[in-house]
Amino acid sequence: MGPNLLANYSEAVAFILFVIGFANLLLQKNLIKKIIGLNIMDSGLYLFLAAKGYITGRVAPIVVDGVQSVEAYINPVPSGLVLTGIVVSVSVTAFMLALTVRLYKRYHTLNLDEISMWLNKEGR
Amino acid sequence: MSFKSWINGEEDLLLNNLKTTRREDDHVKPLLTDEEKKSENSKVLNKIYNVEDNRRLKRFDKTYRVVAIVFCVLLAAAMLFTISYLPKVGDPDTPANSSVVSERYIESGLQETGATNIVTGMILTYRAFDTFGETNVLFIATVCVMVLLMLDEKILEKLDKTSDRIYEPDYDPILTLAAKVLCPIILLFGIYIVLNGQLSPGGGFSGGAILGAAMILYNAAMGFGKTQRFFNENIYKVAKITALCMYGLIGTYFYITGANGIDNMIPLGTVGAILSGGIILPIDIAVGIEVACTMYAFYALFRRGGL
Repeated sequence: MGPNLLANYSEAVAFILFVIGFANLLLQKNLIKKIIGLNIMDSGLYLFLAAKGYITGRVAPIVVDGVQSVEAYINPVPSGLVLTGIVVSVSVTAFMLALTVRLYKRYHTLNLDEISMWLNKEGR
Repeated sequence: MSFKSWINGEEDLLLNNLKTTRREDDHVKPLLTDEEKKSENSKVLNKIYNVEDNRRLKRFDKTYRVVAIVFCVLLAAAMLFTISYLPKVGDPDTPANSSVVSERYIESGLQETGATNIVTGMILTYRAFDTFGETNVLFIATVCVMVLLMLDEKILEKLDKTSDRIYEPDYDPILTLAAKVLCPIILLFGIYIVLNGQLSPGGGFSGGAILGAAMILYNAAMGFGKTQRFFNENIYKVAKITALCMYGLIGTYFYITGANGIDNMIPLGTVGAILSGGIILPIDIAVGIEVACTMYAFYALFRRGGL
């Protein structure tokens, strides 16, 4: 083990969240719960990016009183990347939920095993 | 000549030359009737959960679970091991935090973009192309959801009075009163956040989400009939496509002038005023409209199957 695990506790929490979401994706049979798992993974990644950009003792990058030195503000790049991630995750979640609605309308179940059973039965 | 008439819509070349079969529409003709579905369902369920029949399946299920859990634990261990070697959180000297890129954004962002909010200045001028891609992702997502969930007017008419896809509760005093009080305030707050994107935390994405939330609240309280007086499908289409094209045009203009060293006509304005920040304010407004439309469209499509 390296020396920085305790100092990096926020990143550790981020990746534990990521793994919880991934376990949800693998273990749940309900499609909605799988989507929730994917969203938990997303949250973990946002937390990781936010932690990466943070610098102790500095403030959010909004120029106040004309102070423009690098020593005053945190790193603005990860904040912008988190924004991109949030937008994409919203779009993907909506798309997956719409697909789930269609699957439910046709097969009257959200269980992935039953849906694949039906698909086998229909010969697809 | 036939090509020209095809372009003009006078003649359809495919009309008598193409063999077509009618697509089975799952709304018009369901796969199975309800009773059939029920018996089939129980058959399928019996087959799935019958242990006698499916000992292999059960074994597979157990193994799968164990392997999945072990894999996740190993993954977590590997991640934690890696994290313990990463530089400390909050360290100013890591490669990511001391890079030239972020230094440039902080040191000359205000002079070059005119925005006091460095993140907004970054994503809407230096990285405007990236954000344009994001806005397109939102647009395509709504188009996909519309393709999947939009219902025909005919089908909407066929639904009976118990279906909550068209018929809402008539009058809910608490919700209606709360919406009457809250909607104007939320709308005003959303507009404030959109317009102040270059000065304070916020911008097109967060402000647009707040505007969309206000519209969803209004819709939930007053019903689709009242909402459609000011926001129906036509207005939605016009607003959304205009916003996207506006963003594309402004971005293209900015990049072409910048790449060729031409001064662009959009002034940066005084720092700190609402009308400052060059292209940031118009792009913020376009993104705000886009996001508000997207949020409302997701709600309306999932709730009702139409706008």
